[in-house]
Amino acid sequence: MGMDLKNASFEGWRRENGRMGVRNHVIILPVDDLSNAACEAVAHNIKGCMAIPHAYGRLQFGYDLELHFRTLIGTGCNPNVAGVVVIGIEPGWAGKIAEGIAASGKPVEFFGIEQFGDINTIARASHAAYRMVKHASKLKKSRAPLVDLWVSTKCGESDTTSGLASCPTNGNAFDKLWENGNTLVFGETTELTGGEHLVAARCRTPEIRAGFQAMFDRYQRVVEANKTSDLSDSQPTKGNIEGGLTTIEEKALGNIQKIGKKCLVDGVLDKAEAPTHSGLWFMDSSSAAAEMVTLCAASGYAVHFFPTGQGNVIGNPIVPVIKISANPRTVRTMSEHIDVDVTGLLQKRMNMDDAGEALLDCMLRTADGEVTAAELLGHREFSLTRIYESA
Amino acid sequence: MTIHFVVHDEGDSVGVVVVEGLKAGQPLTGWIMDQDKMIEFKAVNDIPIGHKLAVRAIGNGDTIIKYGIDIGRAVANIGPGEHAHVHNVKTKRW
Repeated sequence: MGMDLKNASFEGWRRENGRMGVRNHVIILPVDDLSNAACEAVAHNIKGCMAIPHAYGRLQFGYDLELHFRTLIGTGCNPNVAGVVVIGIEPGWAGKIAEGIAASGKPVEFFGIEQFGDINTIARASHAAYRMVKHASKLKKSRAPLVDLWVSTKCGESDTTSGLASCPTNGNAFDKLWENGNTLVFGETTELTGGEHLVAARCRTPEIRAGFQAMFDRYQRVVEANKTSDLSDSQPTKGNIEGGLTTIEEKALGNIQKIGKKCLVDGVLDKAEAPTHSGLWFMDSSSAAAEMVTLCAASGYAVHFFPTGQGNVIGNPIVPVIKISANPRTVRTMSEHIDVDVTGLLQKRMNMDDAGEALLDCMLRTADGEVTAAELLGHREFSLTRIYESA
Repeated sequence: MTIHFVVHDEGDSVGVVVVEGLKAGQPLTGWIMDQDKMIEFKAVNDIPIGHKLAVRAIGNGDTIIKYGIDIGRAVANIGPGEHAHVHNVKTKRW
């Protein structure tokens, strides 16, 4: 019995570079904080496009700036995006980001505000957005094998039910997708603390293991250099503690259930870096929900699995986020946020294979166009990871 | 039958309460997941959903085992059926 994943398929949009998307967004992407207002005005003028405002993009330098560009270019290149309008305070960096996105083959136009002002820029960019939404609306969906769907995972507002049931459900689905040859990713570097040896043991080769360990050790040095005695109630979070999680080790062991029992780690990625082949990737990343999902989207992942215990409400502007919970209080009090209810696992009314298949079924329906709880509620958290202070 | 708490592995020193409103003195049914065994227990304290109870006597300084793995150390004696959380268990890291 069980789902026949080899013959499973979904309907999405085949992009110019061959990647399959499951949404057909036209995005108005600011290079910097100063351009948010113009982007939002364009998205107000032209129906069917979406501004993605954010807080950064000025006076960054070195690796921090490189990550900023990679994240914005990656966001534009994501296969859930049909076309992009880029607006910056000046045209130099806007052009650089547009050029990066254009390499994917999709339509992109860019505008600088200086020497034009907001009103003129909004008018020109609105004409571009108009053309782009018209173009996107004419694109036809096509059917693709399941193996063409890239799936990311990160959990949040975890509690002990996450480690008992919702993360193992994710793990069961990941084991099945991994065997099917899908492209997958997990991350949350510091949230592996106490279970890092388990991840290291799952790395496919000594080189991958060394890469993982170097990323883990580097992040530990950041924590050690900046921590206060209790990590300022950040790890575990106040919500984690309310949910019964006591130590980072306990939280990590629950978190690691997301990579199942069979998957091997087939490679490691820097933040927002695109994978070069199929399999399960580890991305060196923050464990903050919006930052991590934003990085996964920038790496090209098209659907996200998000197990939660206490009820994290996160979404993402371009990637549908599927939430899974096993906490009966959360499912009772926050049902509008939960896509897959696996509370039955804790009362032996459901087995792990049933739960994994319920998640995969929700994933296929979501890929075919069914909206997620986060999409219905308008959750579009887009958070850029910063490495250090601006110059 | 209601399962009141779940233990990952029979070697663990703690289990997780999976129902709301659990009261001190209440007889509890527990499920040990990995070995698929049922156990009976009594709660010593009121324990909120998601929080842990000790399923054996734990001494001050002992390692707490969950998932069959070290999740930290006790900083007080914890009797069977007592609430085990941030007041009596601490990380060994950071």
